[in-house]
Amino acid sequence: MSVERIRSDVRGITPEDPLGLDSEFIQRDRSIHPPAFTPNYKTSALRSPRIPLWSLQNSLSEVTGPVFSPDEIGPLDNDLILNYAKDGEPIGERIIVHGHVLDENGRGVPNTLVEFWQANAGGRYRHVNDRYLAPIDPNFGGCGRTLTNADGYYAFRTIKPGAYPFRNHVNSWRPAHIHFSIFGSGFAQRLITQMYFEGDPLLRHDVIARTIPDPEAVKRLIAPLDLDAAVPLDCLTYRFNIVLRGRRSTLFENKLQGN
Amino acid sequence: MIPSLPHLKESPSQTAGPYVHIGLIPHQAGFDIFAKNFSNVLVGPDTVGERIRIEGRILDGSGAPARDILVEIWQANAAGRYNHPADRQEDKPIDPSFRGWGRTGTDFETGLYTFETVKPGSVIGRKGHRPMAPHVNIWLAARGINIGLSTRLYFSDEAEANAQDPVLNIIEPRERRETLIARREERRGEVVYVFDIRLQGDRETVFFDI
Ligand SMILES: [Fe+3]
Repeated sequence: MSVERIRSDVRGITPEDPLGLDSEFIQRDRSIHPPAFTPNYKTSALRSPRIPLWSLQNSLSEVTGPVFSPDEIGPLDNDLILNYAKDGEPIGERIIVHGHVLDENGRGVPNTLVEFWQANAGGRYRHVNDRYLAPIDPNFGGCGRTLTNADGYYAFRTIKPGAYPFRNHVNSWRPAHIHFSIFGSGFAQRLITQMYFEGDPLLRHDVIARTIPDPEAVKRLIAPLDLDAAVPLDCLTYRFNIVLRGRRSTLFENKLQGN
Repeated sequence: MIPSLPHLKESPSQTAGPYVHIGLIPHQAGFDIFAKNFSNVLVGPDTVGERIRIEGRILDGSGAPARDILVEIWQANAAGRYNHPADRQEDKPIDPSFRGWGRTGTDFETGLYTFETVKPGSVIGRKGHRPMAPHVNIWLAARGINIGLSTRLYFSDEAEANAQDPVLNIIEPRERRETLIARREERRGEVVYVFDIRLQGDRETVFFDI
Protein backbone atom coordinates (compact mmCIF):
# COMPACT_ATOMS: atom_id res chain seq x y z
CA MET A 1 0.00 0.00 0.00
CA SER A 2 2.74 2.44 0.90
CA VAL A 3 4.68 1.56 -2.23
CA GLU A 4 1.57 2.25 -4.30
CA ARG A 5 1.21 5.62 -2.69
CA ILE A 6 4.77 6.56 -3.48
CA ARG A 7 4.40 5.17 -6.98
CA SER A 8 1.69 7.72 -7.59
CA ASP A 9 4.06 10.41 -6.35
CA VAL A 10 6.83 9.46 -8.74
CA ARG A 11 5.98 11.44 -11.84
CA GLY A 12 7.35 11.09 -15.28
CA ILE A 13 7.77 7.32 -15.40
CA THR A 14 6.81 6.24 -18.89
CA PRO A 15 7.62 3.22 -21.05
CA GLU A 16 10.10 5.48 -22.85
CA ASP A 17 11.82 6.19 -19.55
CA PRO A 18 12.12 2.87 -17.78
CA LEU A 19 14.59 4.35 -15.35
CA GLY A 20 12.14 6.83 -13.98
CA LEU A 21 14.85 9.42 -14.33
CA ASP A 22 12.36 12.00 -15.50
CA SER A 23 11.76 12.14 -11.79
CA GLU A 24 15.27 13.23 -10.90
CA PHE A 25 15.70 15.94 -8.31
CA ILE A 26 16.40 19.61 -8.75
CA GLN A 27 20.02 20.35 -7.93
CA ARG A 28 20.45 21.11 -4.25
CA ASP A 29 20.97 24.84 -3.62
CA ARG A 30 24.02 24.66 -1.37
CA SER A 31 23.90 28.40 -0.64
CA ILE A 32 20.98 27.96 1.76
CA HIS A 33 22.78 25.23 3.73
CA PRO A 34 25.70 25.61 6.11
CA PRO A 35 29.10 25.04 4.56
CA ALA A 36 30.99 22.01 5.90
CA PHE A 37 33.68 24.09 7.60
CA THR A 38 32.23 26.55 10.14
CA PRO A 39 35.04 27.37 12.59
CA ASN A 40 32.76 29.05 15.15
CA TYR A 41 31.17 25.63 15.58
CA LYS A 42 34.43 24.06 16.62
CA THR A 43 33.63 20.38 16.10
CA SER A 44 33.21 21.04 12.39
CA ALA A 45 36.90 21.89 12.04
CA LEU A 46 38.12 18.28 11.95
CA ARG A 47 34.97 16.75 10.47
CA SER A 48 34.52 18.86 7.35
CA PRO A 49 35.67 17.57 3.98
CA ARG A 50 38.02 20.11 2.43
CA ILE A 51 37.86 18.93 -1.17
CA PRO A 52 34.77 20.16 -3.07
CA LEU A 53 31.98 17.60 -3.40
CA TRP A 54 31.78 15.77 -6.73
CA SER A 55 28.51 16.70 -8.43
CA LEU A 56 26.58 13.68 -9.67
CA GLN A 57 23.66 13.61 -12.03
CA ASN A 58 20.96 11.47 -10.46
CA SER A 59 20.99 7.77 -11.19
CA LEU A 60 18.61 5.16 -9.83
CA SER A 61 20.77 5.13 -6.70
CA GLU A 62 19.68 8.66 -5.83
CA VAL A 63 16.05 8.82 -7.01
CA THR A 64 15.14 5.71 -5.05
CA GLY A 65 15.09 5.37 -1.27
CA PRO A 66 13.68 3.27 1.54
CA VAL A 67 9.92 2.85 1.88
CA PHE A 68 8.45 2.49 5.39
CA SER A 69 5.10 1.03 6.28
CA PRO A 70 2.63 1.98 9.02
CA ASP A 71 3.00 -1.38 10.77
CA GLU A 72 6.60 -0.48 11.67
CA ILE A 73 5.37 2.45 13.77
CA GLY A 74 3.80 1.88 17.19
CA PRO A 75 0.59 3.61 18.27
CA LEU A 76 2.40 5.82 20.83
CA ASP A 77 5.46 6.57 18.74
CA ASN A 78 4.14 10.08 18.00
CA ASP A 79 3.26 10.87 21.62
CA LEU A 80 6.33 11.75 23.67
CA ILE A 81 4.13 12.54 26.67
CA LEU A 82 3.06 8.90 26.88
CA ASN A 83 5.64 6.81 25.02
CA TYR A 84 8.05 6.59 27.97
CA ALA A 85 5.66 7.35 30.84
CA LYS A 86 6.49 5.02 33.75
CA ASP A 87 4.70 6.21 36.90
CA GLY A 88 3.30 9.50 35.63
CA GLU A 89 3.64 12.01 32.85
CA PRO A 90 6.77 14.06 32.10
CA ILE A 91 7.33 17.49 33.63
CA GLY A 92 7.07 20.53 31.40
CA GLU A 93 5.03 22.59 29.01
CA ARG A 94 2.74 20.34 26.96
CA ILE A 95 2.87 21.10 23.25
CA ILE A 96 1.80 19.72 19.88
CA VAL A 97 4.06 20.18 16.87
CA HIS A 98 2.42 19.81 13.50
CA GLY A 99 2.88 20.79 9.88
CA HIS A 100 3.47 19.53 6.38
CA VAL A 101 6.43 17.93 4.70
CA LEU A 102 6.44 19.59 1.26
CA ASP A 103 8.73 19.50 -1.72
CA GLU A 104 10.11 22.60 -3.41
CA ASN A 105 7.18 22.53 -5.81
CA GLY A 106 4.81 22.96 -2.89
CA ARG A 107 3.38 19.46 -3.00
CA GLY A 108 2.93 17.42 0.16
CA VAL A 109 5.32 14.46 0.48
CA PRO A 110 3.05 11.54 1.43
CA ASN A 111 3.85 8.54 3.59
CA THR A 112 7.37 9.60 4.47
CA LEU A 113 9.11 8.81 7.75
CA VAL A 114 9.62 11.77 10.11
CA GLU A 115 11.69 11.14 13.26
CA PHE A 116 12.33 13.61 16.09
CA TRP A 117 14.35 13.76 19.29
CA GLN A 118 14.96 16.35 21.98
CA ALA A 119 16.05 17.20 25.51
CA ASN A 120 13.56 17.17 28.38
CA ALA A 121 12.06 20.32 29.92
CA GLY A 122 15.27 20.91 31.90
CA GLY A 123 17.53 20.65 28.85
CA ARG A 124 18.84 17.14 29.62
CA TYR A 125 18.99 14.31 27.11
CA ARG A 126 18.36 10.67 27.97
CA HIS A 127 21.74 9.65 26.58
CA VAL A 128 24.72 7.88 28.10
CA ASN A 129 27.00 10.71 26.95
CA ASP A 130 24.97 13.65 28.30
CA ARG A 131 26.49 14.80 31.60
CA TYR A 132 24.59 18.07 32.02
CA LEU A 133 23.61 18.60 35.66
CA ALA A 134 19.87 19.04 34.96
CA PRO A 135 18.00 15.88 36.00
CA ILE A 136 16.75 13.08 33.80
CA ASP A 137 12.95 12.96 33.76
CA PRO A 138 11.99 9.37 34.62
CA ASN A 139 8.89 9.63 32.44
CA PHE A 140 10.44 11.16 29.36
CA GLY A 141 12.34 9.30 26.63
CA GLY A 142 12.67 12.20 24.23
CA CYS A 143 12.14 10.60 20.84
CA GLY A 144 9.34 9.69 18.48
CA ARG A 145 8.44 9.11 14.86
CA THR A 146 5.52 9.15 12.49
CA LEU A 147 4.61 8.82 8.83
CA THR A 148 3.10 11.74 6.94
CA ASN A 149 -0.43 11.20 5.61
CA ALA A 150 -1.51 11.42 1.97
CA ASP A 151 -1.19 15.22 2.07
CA GLY A 152 2.24 15.24 3.70
CA TYR A 153 0.78 16.25 7.08
CA TYR A 154 2.31 15.08 10.37
CA ALA A 155 1.74 15.83 14.05
CA PHE A 156 3.13 14.75 17.41
CA ARG A 157 2.70 15.63 21.06
CA THR A 158 5.58 16.36 23.39
CA ILE A 159 7.04 18.56 26.15
CA LYS A 160 8.73 21.80 25.19
CA PRO A 161 12.48 21.13 25.47
CA GLY A 162 14.70 23.28 27.66
CA ALA A 163 17.82 25.19 26.62
CA TYR A 164 21.16 23.61 27.52
CA PRO A 165 24.84 24.60 27.52
CA PHE A 166 27.43 22.82 25.41
CA ARG A 167 31.19 22.90 25.21
CA ASN A 168 32.02 25.24 22.39
CA HIS A 169 32.65 28.64 23.91
CA VAL A 170 32.38 28.77 27.71
CA ASN A 171 28.92 30.29 27.45
CA SER A 172 27.51 28.50 24.41
CA TRP A 173 23.87 27.60 24.98
CA ARG A 174 21.55 25.88 22.59
CA PRO A 175 18.14 27.53 22.23
CA ALA A 176 15.19 25.20 22.76
CA HIS A 177 15.07 22.94 19.71
CA ILE A 178 13.76 19.65 18.38
CA HIS A 179 15.91 17.56 16.02
CA PHE A 180 14.20 16.23 12.88
CA SER A 181 15.15 13.49 10.44
CA ILE A 182 13.19 13.19 7.18
CA PHE A 183 13.51 10.78 4.26
CA GLY A 184 11.34 11.92 1.33
CA SER A 185 10.81 9.41 -1.46
CA GLY A 186 14.38 9.33 -2.83
CA PHE A 187 17.63 9.02 -0.88
CA ALA A 188 18.77 12.34 -2.38
CA GLN A 189 16.02 14.05 -0.35
CA ARG A 190 17.41 12.79 2.95
CA LEU A 191 17.62 15.64 5.47
CA ILE A 192 18.40 16.17 9.14
CA THR A 193 17.61 19.56 10.62
CA GLN A 194 16.36 21.29 13.79
CA MET A 195 13.21 23.18 14.70
CA TYR A 196 13.41 26.31 16.85
CA PHE A 197 10.69 28.17 18.74
CA GLU A 198 9.34 31.62 17.90
CA GLY A 199 10.69 34.37 20.13
CA ASP A 200 13.61 32.47 21.72
CA PRO A 201 16.25 35.04 22.79
CA LEU A 202 19.04 32.43 22.63
CA LEU A 203 18.54 31.88 18.92
CA ARG A 204 20.50 34.92 17.79
CA HIS A 205 23.51 33.75 19.82
CA ASP A 206 23.39 30.13 18.69
CA VAL A 207 26.51 29.01 16.83
CA ILE A 208 24.64 26.04 15.33
CA ALA A 209 21.81 28.09 13.80
CA ARG A 210 24.41 30.60 12.67
CA THR A 211 26.24 28.01 10.61
CA ILE A 212 23.46 28.81 8.10
CA PRO A 213 24.79 31.83 6.22
CA ASP A 214 21.44 33.37 5.23
CA PRO A 215 19.32 34.73 8.14
CA GLU A 216 16.21 34.33 5.95
CA ALA A 217 16.94 30.61 5.70
CA VAL A 218 17.26 30.35 9.49
CA LYS A 219 13.76 31.84 9.79
CA ARG A 220 12.36 28.82 7.96
CA LEU A 221 13.46 26.66 10.90
CA ILE A 222 11.57 28.76 13.45
CA ALA A 223 8.15 27.37 14.29
CA PRO A 224 5.51 30.00 15.06
CA LEU A 225 3.01 29.54 17.85
CA ASP A 226 -0.24 28.27 16.29
CA LEU A 227 -2.72 29.35 18.94
CA ASP A 228 -5.76 28.41 16.86
CA ALA A 229 -4.61 24.80 16.89
CA ALA A 230 -4.01 24.70 20.67
CA VAL A 231 -6.02 22.22 22.68
CA PRO A 232 -7.90 24.37 25.24
CA LEU A 233 -6.77 23.85 28.84
CA ASP A 234 -4.29 21.19 27.69
CA CYS A 235 -1.64 21.91 25.02
CA LEU A 236 -0.08 24.77 23.07
CA THR A 237 0.68 24.11 19.41
CA TYR A 238 3.55 25.08 17.10
CA ARG A 239 3.51 24.80 13.32
CA PHE A 240 6.61 23.56 11.53
CA ASN A 241 6.64 22.98 7.79
CA ILE A 242 9.61 21.16 6.29
CA VAL A 243 10.60 21.52 2.65
CA LEU A 244 12.52 18.78 0.81
CA ARG A 245 14.08 18.96 -2.64
CA GLY A 246 11.65 19.01 -5.55
CA ARG A 247 11.57 16.82 -8.61
CA ARG A 248 12.64 18.37 -11.86
CA SER A 249 9.81 16.97 -13.96
CA THR A 250 7.15 18.74 -11.96
CA LEU A 251 8.41 22.03 -13.36
CA PHE A 252 7.03 20.94 -16.70
CA GLU A 253 4.03 18.86 -15.74
CA ASN A 254 1.52 21.45 -16.93
CA LYS A 255 3.09 21.78 -20.33
CA LEU A 256 0.82 20.76 -23.16
CA GLN A 257 3.47 18.62 -24.78
CA GLY A 258 6.01 16.35 -23.24
CA ASN A 259 9.35 17.56 -22.04
CA MET B 1 5.24 28.06 -22.01
CA ILE B 2 6.48 27.07 -18.59
CA PRO B 3 3.81 27.89 -16.03
CA SER B 4 4.89 29.65 -12.88
CA LEU B 5 4.48 27.17 -10.06
CA PRO B 6 4.92 27.90 -6.39
CA HIS B 7 8.57 27.35 -5.65
CA LEU B 8 9.64 26.85 -2.09
CA LYS B 9 13.19 26.56 -0.88
CA GLU B 10 14.56 23.47 0.79
CA SER B 11 14.76 23.63 4.58
CA PRO B 12 18.36 24.24 5.62
CA SER B 13 20.26 21.35 7.15
CA GLN B 14 21.50 21.38 10.74
CA THR B 15 23.92 19.06 12.48
CA ALA B 16 22.46 15.86 13.92
CA GLY B 17 24.35 16.68 17.14
CA PRO B 18 25.99 14.40 19.70
CA TYR B 19 22.71 12.81 20.78
CA VAL B 20 21.47 11.66 17.37
CA HIS B 21 21.31 8.13 18.82
CA ILE B 22 18.31 9.04 20.98
CA GLY B 23 16.10 9.62 18.02
CA LEU B 24 17.41 7.20 15.47
CA ILE B 25 19.12 4.35 17.35
CA PRO B 26 17.85 4.75 20.93
CA HIS B 27 19.40 1.49 22.10
CA GLN B 28 22.85 3.00 21.59
CA ALA B 29 21.80 6.03 23.66
CA GLY B 30 21.15 3.57 26.49
CA PHE B 31 17.42 2.83 26.48
CA ASP B 32 14.66 1.03 24.63
CA ILE B 33 11.42 2.69 23.68
CA PHE B 34 10.06 1.47 20.32
CA ALA B 35 8.52 -1.96 19.72
CA LYS B 36 10.21 -2.16 16.31
CA ASN B 37 13.65 -0.73 15.71
CA PHE B 38 15.65 -0.11 12.57
CA SER B 39 19.01 -1.80 12.49
CA ASN B 40 22.24 -2.60 10.72
CA VAL B 41 21.01 -6.06 9.71
CA LEU B 42 19.46 -5.79 6.25
CA VAL B 43 19.02 -9.51 5.66
CA GLY B 44 16.48 -12.05 6.85
CA PRO B 45 16.48 -15.82 6.43
CA ASP B 46 14.78 -15.54 3.01
CA THR B 47 16.94 -12.82 1.52
CA VAL B 48 18.53 -13.85 -1.77
CA GLY B 49 22.23 -13.28 -2.36
CA GLU B 50 25.77 -13.57 -1.05
CA ARG B 51 25.90 -12.66 2.65
CA ILE B 52 28.49 -10.00 3.37
CA ARG B 53 29.56 -7.87 6.27
CA ILE B 54 30.62 -4.26 5.77
CA GLU B 55 32.90 -2.90 8.45
CA GLY B 56 34.96 0.21 8.91
CA ARG B 57 35.86 3.30 10.82
CA ILE B 58 35.26 6.96 10.11
CA LEU B 59 38.37 9.04 10.65
CA ASP B 60 38.48 12.77 11.32
CA GLY B 61 41.10 15.23 10.11
CA SER B 62 43.47 14.25 12.92
CA GLY B 63 43.23 10.59 11.96
CA ALA B 64 41.21 9.69 15.06
CA PRO B 65 38.15 7.48 14.70
CA ALA B 66 34.90 9.44 15.14
CA ARG B 67 32.84 7.44 17.63
CA ASP B 68 29.44 9.11 17.35
CA ILE B 69 28.60 9.02 13.65
CA LEU B 70 25.22 7.95 12.28
CA VAL B 71 25.74 5.75 9.22
CA GLU B 72 22.99 4.73 6.80
CA ILE B 73 23.27 2.57 3.71
CA TRP B 74 20.94 2.19 0.73
CA GLN B 75 21.53 -0.43 -1.90
CA ALA B 76 20.07 -2.59 -4.64
CA ASN B 77 19.34 -6.27 -4.05
CA ALA B 78 21.49 -9.15 -5.29
CA ALA B 79 19.87 -8.90 -8.74
CA GLY B 80 20.68 -5.20 -8.99
CA ARG B 81 17.22 -3.76 -8.41
CA TYR B 82 16.14 -1.19 -5.82
CA ASN B 83 13.04 -1.92 -3.78
CA HIS B 84 11.38 1.33 -4.84
CA PRO B 85 8.79 2.18 -7.52
CA ALA B 86 11.12 4.50 -9.45
CA ASP B 87 13.25 1.46 -10.31
CA ARG B 88 11.55 0.02 -13.38
CA GLN B 89 14.12 -2.60 -14.34
CA GLU B 90 11.32 -5.14 -14.85
CA ASP B 91 13.78 -7.81 -16.03
CA LYS B 92 15.16 -8.07 -12.49
CA PRO B 93 13.16 -9.38 -9.53
CA ILE B 94 12.32 -7.40 -6.41
CA ASP B 95 13.29 -9.39 -3.29
CA PRO B 96 10.36 -8.94 -0.88
CA SER B 97 12.60 -9.83 2.06
CA PHE B 98 15.14 -7.13 1.29
CA ARG B 99 14.37 -3.42 1.74
CA GLY B 100 17.96 -2.42 1.06
CA TRP B 101 18.29 0.15 3.82
CA GLY B 102 20.05 -0.01 7.17
CA ARG B 103 21.22 2.28 9.91
CA THR B 104 23.81 2.16 12.68
CA GLY B 105 26.20 4.30 14.70
CA THR B 106 29.96 4.02 15.03
CA ASP B 107 30.78 2.30 18.32
CA PHE B 108 31.46 4.61 21.29
CA GLU B 109 34.58 2.57 22.17
CA THR B 110 36.02 1.03 19.00
CA GLY B 111 34.72 3.53 16.44
CA LEU B 112 33.66 0.63 14.21
CA TYR B 113 30.44 0.47 12.21
CA THR B 114 29.15 -2.76 10.69
CA PHE B 115 26.31 -3.89 8.42
CA GLU B 116 25.07 -7.38 7.65
CA THR B 117 23.74 -7.39 4.12
CA VAL B 118 24.02 -9.03 0.69
CA LYS B 119 26.30 -8.00 -2.09
CA PRO B 120 24.26 -5.87 -4.51
CA GLY B 121 24.08 -6.58 -8.23
CA SER B 122 24.93 -4.14 -10.98
CA VAL B 123 22.31 -1.42 -11.61
CA ILE B 124 21.52 0.18 -14.97
CA GLY B 125 23.09 3.62 -15.50
CA ARG B 126 21.61 6.83 -16.83
CA LYS B 127 20.41 6.83 -20.42
CA GLY B 128 23.42 6.42 -22.68
CA HIS B 129 25.68 5.46 -19.77
CA ARG B 130 27.16 2.10 -18.93
CA PRO B 131 25.70 0.01 -16.11
CA MET B 132 26.91 0.96 -12.66
CA ALA B 133 29.26 -1.45 -10.92
CA PRO B 134 27.82 -3.02 -7.76
CA HIS B 135 27.88 -0.38 -5.05
CA VAL B 136 26.34 0.65 -1.73
CA ASN B 137 25.22 4.24 -1.13
CA ILE B 138 26.33 5.64 2.22
CA TRP B 139 25.04 8.65 4.10
CA LEU B 140 26.64 10.12 7.26
CA ALA B 141 25.32 12.56 9.83
CA ALA B 142 26.83 13.60 13.17
CA ARG B 143 27.97 16.26 15.55
CA GLY B 144 30.30 18.58 13.64
CA ILE B 145 28.81 17.60 10.29
CA ASN B 146 26.53 20.40 9.11
CA ILE B 147 24.96 18.62 6.17
CA GLY B 148 24.65 14.88 5.56
CA LEU B 149 27.58 13.48 3.60
CA SER B 150 26.96 11.13 0.67
CA THR B 151 29.47 8.64 -0.64
CA ARG B 152 29.55 5.22 -2.30
CA LEU B 153 31.20 1.92 -1.48
CA TYR B 154 32.49 -0.21 -4.39
CA PHE B 155 33.94 -3.72 -4.12
CA SER B 156 37.63 -4.63 -4.54
CA ASP B 157 36.78 -7.92 -6.29
CA GLU B 158 34.85 -6.10 -9.04
CA ALA B 159 37.87 -4.50 -10.70
CA GLU B 160 36.52 -5.01 -14.21
CA ALA B 161 33.09 -3.53 -13.47
CA ASN B 162 34.65 -0.71 -11.45
CA ALA B 163 36.85 0.22 -14.41
CA GLN B 164 33.66 0.74 -16.49
CA ASP B 165 31.63 2.47 -13.80
CA PRO B 166 30.19 5.82 -14.98
CA VAL B 167 30.60 7.46 -11.56
CA LEU B 168 34.06 6.21 -10.61
CA ASN B 169 35.27 7.22 -14.05
CA ILE B 170 34.54 10.91 -13.66
CA ILE B 171 36.57 11.27 -10.46
CA GLU B 172 39.87 13.08 -10.83
CA PRO B 173 42.62 12.71 -9.94
CA ARG B 174 42.02 9.00 -10.52
CA GLU B 175 43.94 8.09 -7.36
CA ARG B 176 40.94 9.38 -5.40
CA ARG B 177 38.77 6.60 -6.85
CA GLU B 178 40.64 4.26 -4.52
CA THR B 179 38.97 5.94 -1.53
CA LEU B 180 35.66 4.34 -2.63
CA ILE B 181 36.89 0.74 -2.91
CA ALA B 182 36.16 -1.60 0.02
CA ARG B 183 38.76 -4.32 0.60
CA ARG B 184 37.45 -7.90 0.54
CA GLU B 185 38.62 -10.17 3.35
CA GLU B 186 37.59 -13.64 4.39
CA ARG B 187 37.45 -14.32 8.10
CA ARG B 188 36.45 -17.77 9.32
CA GLY B 189 34.33 -18.30 6.22
CA GLU B 190 32.68 -14.89 6.47
CA VAL B 191 33.06 -12.33 3.70
CA VAL B 192 33.95 -8.94 5.12
CA TYR B 193 34.44 -5.75 3.16
CA VAL B 194 36.53 -3.24 5.05
CA PHE B 195 35.67 0.36 4.24
CA ASP B 196 37.21 3.21 6.20
CA ILE B 197 35.93 6.70 5.48
CA ARG B 198 38.22 9.72 5.87
CA LEU B 199 36.30 12.91 6.50
CA GLN B 200 39.29 15.14 5.88
CA GLY B 201 42.98 15.22 5.17
CA ASP B 202 45.29 12.66 3.65
CA ARG B 203 43.31 10.39 1.29
CA GLU B 204 40.06 12.22 2.03
CA THR B 205 37.11 10.10 0.86
CA VAL B 206 35.24 11.30 -2.20
CA PHE B 207 31.90 12.78 -1.14
CA PHE B 208 29.18 13.53 -3.65
CA ASP B 209 26.78 16.37 -4.22
CA ILE B 210 23.87 14.23 -5.33
FE1 LIG C 1 20.20 19.07 20.64
